[in-house]
Formats: sequence, structure tokens, C-alpha cells
Amino acid sequence: MKPILTRRQIDTIYAGMFCVVGLLVVLQLWLLTATMNAFMGGDDSVVWPAAAASFGCLVVNLWMLRRLVYLQRAED
Amino acid sequence: MTPAKDDEARTYPDGRLLSHQPLWQRDFPTDVPEDDHVARREFVKFLVLTSGAFAVGQCWIAAASALREKGPLPRTRIATVAELEVRRVVEFRYPDEHEPCLALCLGPGRYVAYGQKCTHLACAVVPHLDRGELHCPCHNGYFEVNDGRPVAGPPRRPLPLVRLEIEGGAVFATGVELRTV
Repeated sequence: MKPILTRRQIDTIYAGMFCVVGLLVVLQLWLLTATMNAFMGGDDSVVWPAAAASFGCLVVNLWMLRRLVYLQRAED
Repeated sequence: MTPAKDDEARTYPDGRLLSHQPLWQRDFPTDVPEDDHVARREFVKFLVLTSGAFAVGQCWIAAASALREKGPLPRTRIATVAELEVRRVVEFRYPDEHEPCLALCLGPGRYVAYGQKCTHLACAVVPHLDRGELHCPCHNGYFEVNDGRPVAGPPRRPLPLVRLEIEGGAVFATGVELRTV
């Protein structure tokens, strides 16, 4: 049987998720600006690796969102 | 307003119960931890949405990169050598009508050409050969006239370099080199 988490514990989990998701979003923002700069400068070599990295960040974030929704349902 | 029974259980920033809170706080009874809890959760959801928008942006760049024409550009006559020597600055459009460019004579036999759109926000740059610079009047960007690299202001990338060829007393544009540094 899964242990029931207290409100305070869930709050801490949300804070942790917020940190990870926030960090990944900032990374994606940096990737986007750097890639745009390279693309505008005629350098296409970084475009696809950057797109793959950004997509990877999105996948992790969606996984986090799934866990968040799961926690939210458990709260309700 | 009479507080409901549950209101007494709520917590406030100063740790006191609702009955000990100032009147305005009783009128707007906010449970701070509960508010933080929901705000954090909703903000994480919003961040994931932002993450999706960034990923879509990356895909857009990748698609634009795949569709960008990479073939050789046409060889276009832009001026005669004599004309460039006399006027020192010749405006032309290359490789199409939407790309204004400048051909500059920096001295006898020294010719360079750059795209005229500033690499910051695409305003037209103005040559000042006496000061050795190209100036963007929109946000005071400056480019070095010898190589088109940014020296001051918001632009971070050099101006596109137009490759020139001299043949039979005429100056031809043969290609454009986009640069990041």
C-alpha cells in the first residue's frame, strides 16, 4: 500500500518539480535564442541537435506534468 | 461578515487566527499556504506549456533550415569599377529585390560589399567611410567598415558579406556569406 503523503510533503514535491521544470524551461529558452542566432548567421549545423535537445526537455516536462496530475488527483 | 467554522483553521502570515486578524483580513480571508500550494501547482502547468512553445519554436527553425535554399546564387553585375571609385558607395539589391546591399570602395582596388539590413532588427545601415563605420540609426548600432563586424550597440552578428568579382572593368556580386562571428 502506498503511503499517504501529507499536504506539506506534496508541497515539497511541487517545489522540487517547479525547480526542475523551471531549469529545463530556461535551458530551452537559451537553446532557442542560441539556435536562432546561429540560424540567422547561416550556421545550420546546430539546428537539429538543438531541436532534439529541446524536444527531450519537453518530454521530461510532460512526464513531470503527468506526475503532477497524478498527485493532484491523489489530493482530491 | 461572520467567519465560517473552517476559517478558524486557516493560517495567516503572522500565525494568528482569523478572529485576531485586522478587519480587512477578515473581509478577504486568504489561506496563504493553500494559496501557495495551488499557485505553485498551476505555475508548473504553465511552465510545461511554455516548454511546449519553445519546442515548437525549435521545430520551426529546423523546418526553416531544411527549406532554406542552399544552391549557388546568381552572378549579377552591380556597377563598373570607375563608378564605384568615383561614388565610393553603390547601392544594389542582391540576390533578389528584397535584399538591399552596399558596395563600398575603401581605397584604390579595395572593394567590399555588405547586406544593408542591420543584424539587430533589419534597419538600413548608413555608411560613414570617413569614420570607417556603418551606422544603424534605429538603435545606434555600429559596424566596422573593413569587415562588417559589429563594434558597438545592440547588433551581435556581422553584416552579411557579399562576395565580389572584378571582370572587364565591372563589379559582379557572386554570393552572400552569412556569418555568426
